[in-house]
Amino acid sequence: MSVIKTVIALFILLTAVAYSVWLERKVVGHMQNRWGPSRVGPFGLLQPLADGAKFLFKEDLIPPHVYKPLYIAAPMLSVIFALTSIAVIPVGNWVDIAGMHIPLQITDVNIGLLIILGITSMGVYGVALAGWSSNSKYSLLGGLRASAQMVSYEISLGLSLIGVLITAGSFSLREIVDAQGGVFWGFIPRWNIFHGQEIAFFIYLCSAYAETNRIPFDLPEAETELVAGYHTEYSAMKFAMFFMAEYANMITVGCLATLLFLGGWHGPIFGPPILQAILPVFWFVAKVFCFMILYIWVRGTLPRFRYDQLMAFGWKFLFPLAVANLVITALVVALTA
Amino acid sequence: MLHLILFSVFGAICVAGAINLLVQSHPINSALSLIAVMASLAVEYLLLGAEFVAAVQVIIYAGAIMVLFVFVIMLLNAGEEEKTGGSRVALLFGIPGMLIGSVLIAWVLLEHSGTGSVPAGALPGSPKTIGWLLFHDFLLPFEVTSVLILIAIMGSVVLASREEIPAPGAGGPR
Repeated sequence: MSVIKTVIALFILLTAVAYSVWLERKVVGHMQNRWGPSRVGPFGLLQPLADGAKFLFKEDLIPPHVYKPLYIAAPMLSVIFALTSIAVIPVGNWVDIAGMHIPLQITDVNIGLLIILGITSMGVYGVALAGWSSNSKYSLLGGLRASAQMVSYEISLGLSLIGVLITAGSFSLREIVDAQGGVFWGFIPRWNIFHGQEIAFFIYLCSAYAETNRIPFDLPEAETELVAGYHTEYSAMKFAMFFMAEYANMITVGCLATLLFLGGWHGPIFGPPILQAILPVFWFVAKVFCFMILYIWVRGTLPRFRYDQLMAFGWKFLFPLAVANLVITALVVALTA
Repeated sequence: MLHLILFSVFGAICVAGAINLLVQSHPINSALSLIAVMASLAVEYLLLGAEFVAAVQVIIYAGAIMVLFVFVIMLLNAGEEEKTGGSRVALLFGIPGMLIGSVLIAWVLLEHSGTGSVPAGALPGSPKTIGWLLFHDFLLPFEVTSVLILIAIMGSVVLASREEIPAPGAGGPR
């Protein structure tokens, strides 16, 4: 059972990764008054396939000056840690197929959120080791920046989630989503983002962008300064693995934001039973999709931070803000309980 | 049964990682073996039913502290260390001593622990219990530890930002 679910989840995740690349190229293209991919298939929809084939058939160069074992292991580590966290993410409630009561989640653990945090905190090794083992100055600078940035922003990321944990009273992602059911005054959903965690959502958003090395925090691969940062020396499928890891991380971050702040699979449910079974998953996917669009929108809009600005923003603004949010949430919960 | 097999496998990985940590001559390989040790320790905790401790082990040790280790190694660009061959005293007394010590510890634990074996997951390991213990029964030690860490942080800041004081009489007035 778990094996089937794992295969399905991996297939969907990898397809989603491929098409987020397409989506990003298309949307950023239109933002910049270009067409984006348009040659391969209708609307360029087969472009990810063409890209995949190209990556597979390209020559796999290994520069002579690299430290080989780690150079080869680094992209694998990146992709492994990026794909693992999907295992604890629930995409919907329960479904009944052929008399079986199946949770829409590969495995339900009562410390789901901590597991995701642990896996993402390990993800930095892929980038750091790639930068170090490439034995080139641009890669090394990229790897250094990545590890400093990830350690710094992980703190505000973790602190921003504690507010949600206090209101839900559980580490289980399923219970956190269940705590967000229902509405205020008949029309505002009881999602955490409308329930006193607006600032936490903002902190989460900023830290998550930094954790996934996306604009405006993509210092580790700032192409104007570092060529391509930590993956300068990589080519063919090894480069594609870093690319996949980045987009898989974006999707994980989107899923986590949906589960923790945007009410997970909660949304209007109506219609015949079959529609009622599909709609929660639809709402979940729709929310993650909106989050991905936000990612791309930000990429098309904001310039990159300077490195000292990045560190100052993380330590002097986000961190105190996260602590203040945590204290206020704890006080409110303690006083109203 | 599967539990026992997994536990032994990860225990073996843990020990192998620890030995590899000593044998490797390159700092980054040693650091990576230490990460393997910490990750397999986390799996051991998980198999014993202490999920929270396992997650914290990964997040803090493998995910944060070791990142700083790797960061420092990368920043200093430390090269391979020279093999000195080790001292003969360490070989003669260290290895037998360690063997005798571990056998003694195992014997004491097996014979005199007195509580008997506990099935995996029977001891309190859930986040709620740990939180209750930490902030209720052991509140004072917890707070004292926090103050201790705070002092350590302040000390490191002071040490790091110490300005060069000119030796008396060495230089003229600036």
